[in-house]
Amino acid sequence: MKTFDYSRADSPEAAVQGGAVGNTRFIAGGTNLLDLMKLQIETPERIVDISRLDLNEVEEGEDGGLRIGAMVPNADLAANPLVTARYPVLSRALLAGASGQLRNKASTGGNFLQRTRCYYFYDTAVPCNKREPGSGCPAKDGFNRIHAILGTSDDCIASHPSDMAVAMRALDAVLVTLKPDGDRRRISIHDLYRLPGDTPQIETVLEAGELITHVELPPPPVGKQSYRKVRDRASYAFALVSVAAIVAVDDGRITNASLAFGGIGPMPWREDAVEKALIGQVPGDAAFNAAADILLADAKGFGSNDFKIPLARRTLIAVLRELTGDAA
Amino acid sequence: MAWERKVGKAMHFTINGKNYDADPDIRTSLLDLLREHLNLTGSKKGCDHGQCGACTVLVNGRRINSCLTLAVMHQDDEITTIEGIGTPDNLAPLQAAFVKHDGFQCGYCTPGQICSATGMLNEAKQGWPSHVSERLEGDVELTDDEIRERMSGNLCRCSAYPNIVDAIREVAEEPA
Ligand SMILES: Cc1cc2nc3c(=O)[nH]c(=O)nc-3n(C[C@H](O)[C@H](O)[C@H](O)COP(=O)(O)OP(=O)(O)OC[C@H]3O[C@@H](n4cnc5c(N)ncnc54)[C@H](O)[C@@H]3O)c2cc1C
Ligand code: SF4
Ligand code: FES
Ligand code: FES
Repeated sequence: MKTFDYSRADSPEAAVQGGAVGNTRFIAGGTNLLDLMKLQIETPERIVDISRLDLNEVEEGEDGGLRIGAMVPNADLAANPLVTARYPVLSRALLAGASGQLRNKASTGGNFLQRTRCYYFYDTAVPCNKREPGSGCPAKDGFNRIHAILGTSDDCIASHPSDMAVAMRALDAVLVTLKPDGDRRRISIHDLYRLPGDTPQIETVLEAGELITHVELPPPPVGKQSYRKVRDRASYAFALVSVAAIVAVDDGRITNASLAFGGIGPMPWREDAVEKALIGQVPGDAAFNAAADILLADAKGFGSNDFKIPLARRTLIAVLRELTGDAA
Repeated sequence: MAWERKVGKAMHFTINGKNYDADPDIRTSLLDLLREHLNLTGSKKGCDHGQCGACTVLVNGRRINSCLTLAVMHQDDEITTIEGIGTPDNLAPLQAAFVKHDGFQCGYCTPGQICSATGMLNEAKQGWPSHVSERLEGDVELTDDEIRERMSGNLCRCSAYPNIVDAIREVAEEPA
């Protein structure tokens, strides 16, 4: 690990001032940042400790939504009665991720910004465009079992590893941030992440020193909620494919659908056309397959991840059957 | 804002109810602080990357991986390690249950397993659901599936899992 200067922030304002200086990182739970610093993939010169900031509340919003402090640990958010009762897809996604110990430390803000688990990104002995822009992408022709099938570019095919963020995308979360110049802004999760293109090292629209202070959820969409995660072992493994789904059926027809996908894209994936294709349809495999066709129209495998294309279809169909009561 | 590096200034810690001073490099993980600076070698290093659970300790009563956090971040916390859970003459119930059920072979993962189980039983008492819970609300019944899921952050290379589950189940079933 490269050495660094350390400072503990006692207010969000102090944190962004510290964070604005050159090569600085915030540390929240530290479960991703320290992992990467030990391998010298992250080499910040300064660390601002935001773990003691008073951003630990989960509050009901005036609109019937929820306001979640960025430092709320994943474990607490998953067990929060407001979340379990009204946003079960979020509890389920959180509980499907990492381990009990990690969820006790991992923060809401940090979870969004965790970096890919691409094997080559983690191996500093080999090239990687995300780690060293312009050096190449060995994953394309290498081992890519965990990599993306949608939204990839010639320069990077990494997938986003978060479970929580997939549920957040299905729930239309909004991030509230504070910038070093004192401005606050609200960033929809749909605008947070960037496609890799030819700059895979830039993953989000956040600016240097911009601090996530809260995450807001609008009132829960109508419908039943579910999170389905497929992985190599039954516990304590990242998703190969996951689906966060909220679906309502009325009078024999689908009236609402909100679907986000993990493991298949460089960001939690959501595609309006998939949902539109379902609305008004009679639940059943015909409608579900038509939706999967739209989702996967541009899907592209790279060899060892080809299986994700049929797996994403099956996982989507399984979750739709579950939520529309059509389960065999 | 004030920045610290290795300033030769002592850090202060509260571990197992005792006060400790140390002057580790700013990069020192909580795990390395315990093992290399304070001679509290009960906590073990397996992977150093949050993947095995051997380093599990309790911070303010909550189980965490001590390898993935910096010592400097925990100067105001109550830290509990396996040394503070019980002693050879006065075993904690979980420790006694691990002995009774042979919940280990080489023993390397055991301190982490016991610290983790201590935190886990508390979480279950507070009604925290898990990935395998059918309902997200209400009392938690610690079935074997629940224990396995909740302990999945602790690996055992000797695969003593069945006996570890037996030991934890026995303590979970004891009237509080
Ligand atoms: C063994 C292992 C297994 C895992 N399994 C899973 C899994 O199955 N599913 C899953 O989803 N995750 C998994 N994780 C990842 C885990 O969820 C993340 O490491 C965690 O959520 C990151 O949160 P943190 O608070 O620890 O972030 P940190 O490590 O503190 O920070 C991560 C990044 O976010 C930035 N940051 C943090 N907070 C803020 C803020 N408020 N504003 C601006 N920037 C901020 C930091 O500067 C840093 O760049 C696993 C991790 C490990 C080690
Ligand atoms: S997929 Fe992205 S992260 Fe992985 S090696 Fe290629 S450029 Fe690096
Ligand atoms: S040593 Fe900390 S989890 Fe393995
Ligand atoms: S007893 Fe040997 S690793 Fe668990």
